[in-house]
Amino acid sequence: MRYRGLIQSLVARDLKARYRGSVLGFFWSFVNPLLLLLVYSFVFSTVMKNTTEGIQPYALFMFCGILPWTWFSASLSEATNSLISGGNLIKKVLFPAEILPIVSVLANMVNFFLGLLILVPALIYFHKLHLSFNLLWFPVTVLVQLVFTLALGLMLSALTVHFRDIRDLLFNILTLWFFATPIIYSWQQDNVRKYKHVFDLNPFTHLAISYQETLFYGPVGHWKWLLSLGAASVVLFLAGYWLFDRLRDSFAEAV
Amino acid sequence: MTPAIELLNVSKIYRRYGGRQFATLKSALLQRSILRTLQPSETFSALTGVSFTVPKGCTYGVIGPNGSGKSTALKLVAGITKPTTGTVRVEGRISALIELGAGFHPEISGRENVFINGIMLGLTKRQIHERFDEIVEFAELTEFIDAPVKTYSSGMYMRLGFAVAIHVDPDVLLVDEVLAVGDEAFTHKCLDKFSEFRRRGKTILLVTHSLGLVERFCDEALWLDAGVARSHGDPKRVVSEYLMSVEASEEHLMETTTAKAVAAAEEGVQPPPSEPDATRPPENMFHATEGRWGAREVEIVDVTLLDGDGKPGFIFHSGEPMSIQLKVRAAQPNDEVVFGIGIFSAEGVCCYGTNTFLEEMNPARLAGDAEATFAIEGLDLVEGTYKLDVAVHKRDGAPYDYHRLLYTFRVKSRTHDVGIYRPRHHWTFSPNLQFPAGRDDD
Repeated sequence: MRYRGLIQSLVARDLKARYRGSVLGFFWSFVNPLLLLLVYSFVFSTVMKNTTEGIQPYALFMFCGILPWTWFSASLSEATNSLISGGNLIKKVLFPAEILPIVSVLANMVNFFLGLLILVPALIYFHKLHLSFNLLWFPVTVLVQLVFTLALGLMLSALTVHFRDIRDLLFNILTLWFFATPIIYSWQQDNVRKYKHVFDLNPFTHLAISYQETLFYGPVGHWKWLLSLGAASVVLFLAGYWLFDRLRDSFAEAV
Repeated sequence: MTPAIELLNVSKIYRRYGGRQFATLKSALLQRSILRTLQPSETFSALTGVSFTVPKGCTYGVIGPNGSGKSTALKLVAGITKPTTGTVRVEGRISALIELGAGFHPEISGRENVFINGIMLGLTKRQIHERFDEIVEFAELTEFIDAPVKTYSSGMYMRLGFAVAIHVDPDVLLVDEVLAVGDEAFTHKCLDKFSEFRRRGKTILLVTHSLGLVERFCDEALWLDAGVARSHGDPKRVVSEYLMSVEASEEHLMETTTAKAVAAAEEGVQPPPSEPDATRPPENMFHATEGRWGAREVEIVDVTLLDGDGKPGFIFHSGEPMSIQLKVRAAQPNDEVVFGIGIFSAEGVCCYGTNTFLEEMNPARLAGDAEATFAIEGLDLVEGTYKLDVAVHKRDGAPYDYHRLLYTFRVKSRTHDVGIYRPRHHWTFSPNLQFPAGRDDD
């Protein structure tokens, strides 16, 4: 990649700028998921007690899905806006526009990794994480999600330049999507299994299940779906890049 | 030698905004052009068939009024936008001083921004390290380089942006009216930097409104007007052609202003002579409002301003002759006629006023049509817009026809002196004070 240095420094800038001026600064990247974990623990162990077998402690189970989801949804919302907020660069400097959505996705990926630093010790504490070959599926899952997110990010950012409606639409779609994905409930529950075919159509279902299997219950039985999604994501990425490239010339004028 | 920049028959068409978004998107996707399906009324042509070449090492100036396509041309050369038709070729690394500090992030420090901006402009981290001190020193920000950019003043912001862009060490430097950013001292420093670039044989493309800069600094110049190249070549010639065109359009503006004022006064003062307002001047003659009054026993039918060659016009040059020609018509033979003239500045200050009675001239008798010309041998006014009072009245001041501030003219000057009146003058100095020739006025 020709622009590696540029992407690197822009990701670093994004992360630095995000917490500049706050007292805890960079620690928020850890504190945020930690607080979130505590809130979910409280709600689902006392208020709405869920006792489904096999997915206890429930909060930790949810957390395995929520962290990657946060990466996904934050990436998309930021990428969607990236060309418009970076309009100055596109209009006034010779700047490879695709870098902007890519940086949004990567900066959120770094945040995701930082969140893992909270998740992993918690998993070890509850004896959920076992050192085995299963864990090798984890980087694969991350990679598939990365390609999938980049593909959508490129498409959405390019289209948003022409249709600002996408920003508002996306917010609602993401909310729906979140609840349509087995993240805060398990796909093994009977009332969910009934609609397995519908859930299978949701790409993020396979990502969420893969994360849950590698990190939480094991063994990994979902890898066929994951790899198919990976292949589909590559195709989607190429399509997204093509779309982006086609619209590229219009950015400087329409931003 | 291959040219550094070459534009061949380049046109750039922009889309006017409003409606038909889907059509635009569809054609962008299918035909790689957002314009193919648009009607001519939905587009705007910023550049039409412009060609020019800039040889390597040349400093090339682009001038023209606002909206003439200068910045579009620069963006095309920079590669930020693509031409609709035609080709743009640029040889070597480009650095564009179009918007300084465009990539700065307000929350992080100047130091970090220098690195990121440098990388954006195509430098490697190592190169920035090497040039960092030089950049900061040039921007005069040594003290503040670790403060977040949001705390910078706009001048500091621009200086830092300029410093980074200029230290990219480009082969082709594109400059869009950025010399106005700093104070006098910084502007000089920028010009010195440009001179250094020239000496090192780099190419500079300069878009500016500062015609003096183009004349002094550029090897060649291009004059764009409404997206069309009107003239190019020797900067002195191009600038003077441009100035002449500006003068012509100003002349046109003066003409319409005057015509409008006269027409408005004409409309306002048609009531019968019995109406006191129409025949009498306003209470306070020093309060300048436009108008026309008088019963027109003697009428001023036409007022023409003439330059030294007797050509009518509205733009005059300081120190050159000008005359005001009044055509009058007396309905009845009349032997008490005084011609008066008043020159006012744009702020309404009377610069000069006189009449034939004050100058002890009494025409014996006026009957029918006649002409009176007030000839000024040297129009010794400073640059500015002036308005004119002309009148015919009785000896006691009672007007026949008084035109108040209806005529506008403009005085141009190459010297930017101040005030109203420029006395004929020259400077002399004692022999131990040496001035290069040609600096004394007139």
